[in-house]
Amino acid sequence: MNEMLEMTLWQLVTAYIFIVILLAIVRWRKIPREKEIIIATLRMTIQLVLVGYVLMFIFENEKMIYSVIVIIIMEIFAVYNIYKRTKQSLSRDLKKIIAFSMVSGTLFAFLYFDFIVVRFSPWYDPRYFIPIAGMLIGNSMTGITLGVSSLIEGFTSRKKEVEAALMLGAPPKKASQGIVNHAFDSAILPTINSMVGMGIVFLPGMMTGVILSGAGPMDAIKYQIAIMLGITGSVSISVILFLYFGYKTFFNNHAQLKL
Amino acid sequence: MFSINQLVFKDIINVRKLEIESGKIYCLFGESGSGKSTLLKMFNSMLTPDQGKITYKDESIADLDPIQLRREVVMLGQDPIVFEGTVRDNLLIGLQFAAKEVVANQVLTELLKELHLAKDLDEEADKLSGGEQQRLAFGRVLLMDAEVYLMDEPTSALDENTETVIMDLFTKKVRNAGKTAIMVTHSKGIAEKYSDEIIYMTDILMKEGTLS
Ligand SMILES: Nc1ncnc2c1ncn2[C@@H]1O[C@H](COP(=O)(O)OP(=O)(O)O)[C@@H](O)[C@H]1O
Ligand SMILES: [Mg+2]
Repeated sequence: MNEMLEMTLWQLVTAYIFIVILLAIVRWRKIPREKEIIIATLRMTIQLVLVGYVLMFIFENEKMIYSVIVIIIMEIFAVYNIYKRTKQSLSRDLKKIIAFSMVSGTLFAFLYFDFIVVRFSPWYDPRYFIPIAGMLIGNSMTGITLGVSSLIEGFTSRKKEVEAALMLGAPPKKASQGIVNHAFDSAILPTINSMVGMGIVFLPGMMTGVILSGAGPMDAIKYQIAIMLGITGSVSISVILFLYFGYKTFFNNHAQLKL
Repeated sequence: MFSINQLVFKDIINVRKLEIESGKIYCLFGESGSGKSTLLKMFNSMLTPDQGKITYKDESIADLDPIQLRREVVMLGQDPIVFEGTVRDNLLIGLQFAAKEVVANQVLTELLKELHLAKDLDEEADKLSGGEQQRLAFGRVLLMDAEVYLMDEPTSALDENTETVIMDLFTKKVRNAGKTAIMVTHSKGIAEKYSDEIIYMTDILMKEGTLS
């Protein structure tokens, strides 16, 4: 049924020649990055092989609980990754809001995608459930990370401006509007840009996968359009939730800036 | 109008008693770092004291809605702030922040004249010089139609002549409307010339342990 090309192990091994070339260049140019390149290659290989075994198991034992466990792990990983990737220190309240907006934004977008748009059957079919959840969560994670940095940076660098607004009787929401809008912009821009480049600059993962699995290009493109819209929805909902609650953590209950 | 009782904030402010009467202009005078800005921010809830009480119209400021309070007790901070946009945007933004009715261009042009700001309403505000930006921020606060004006060194970036123009304008407006003002100043001359009462930081600040 599928005309997916089988690749032998030896063929795969030949692909590592790219790394060998890279290593040769790096050594020749005396760039001290050999260790990092080797470690990155090994990690990539081992991680993917392990994931392969896990997915094999999950695909063979198509059970709801496995799909649910996978999405929970992805959410937890994504939330911690945001904490780790943010260079500024995060308040307890802000961390809670990051977790909340990440999980509820992606879940809402995902469930809509699953039950209304594509209608996987069964709804937890791991072949669709896992990669699509991964894409929504991954993109929202990047969006919120950018939003968090921009929000903290904005409040730090524009502290005096926010205070001047408060001194004139502005509610915190109005006093931070410029900062919040800017944070939304920086969080959402990569997603918008990737829609613009879609199909011309890159054929993204979803479509490559569907084409490789033997479906026709038009089917693949329908999926790709749907997933791009889903990603945009997921990123916007999680970023909006984050900003809507997040800016409030910079103020105390006397409408004073807590910095 | 305001009444301060045993007010403590960190080790910066320690004021046993201070009364501010309605309809008067006060100057807060003291050397740099003596806590003038810190004290001023207590009057409109930009800072909350650690101990003690400050009341506005017989109500504890801690119990008032800070946003409503700041619409009556408006403040000009020590660093002049210019917001993104034109001169007009900058004058009107305070009214918009406070959800008050905006005023006509005519009023704004008139105000620019009074401030000795020979600028067009449509000019970008970030192109203005330091002294011009300070007058712009000053004009923004004047438009607010407040009960009390808290002004933190409002003329620090101005030359002597312009300072006189601005102080004349300000005190005239406040007095004509019967409003109250507390102004931080670095200049003894200004304090003596324009205020009804001078509050010396050295007089009101208590040393640790002298609270009765
Ligand atoms: N939020 C704050 N926390 C701790 N110390 C502060 C704070 N703000 C100002 N200070 C310190 O308090 C002192 C008084 O500051 P300030 O009120 O700005 O003085 P002034 O306006 O009279 O020059 C200074 O030593 C300043 O460094
Ligand atoms: Mg000061």
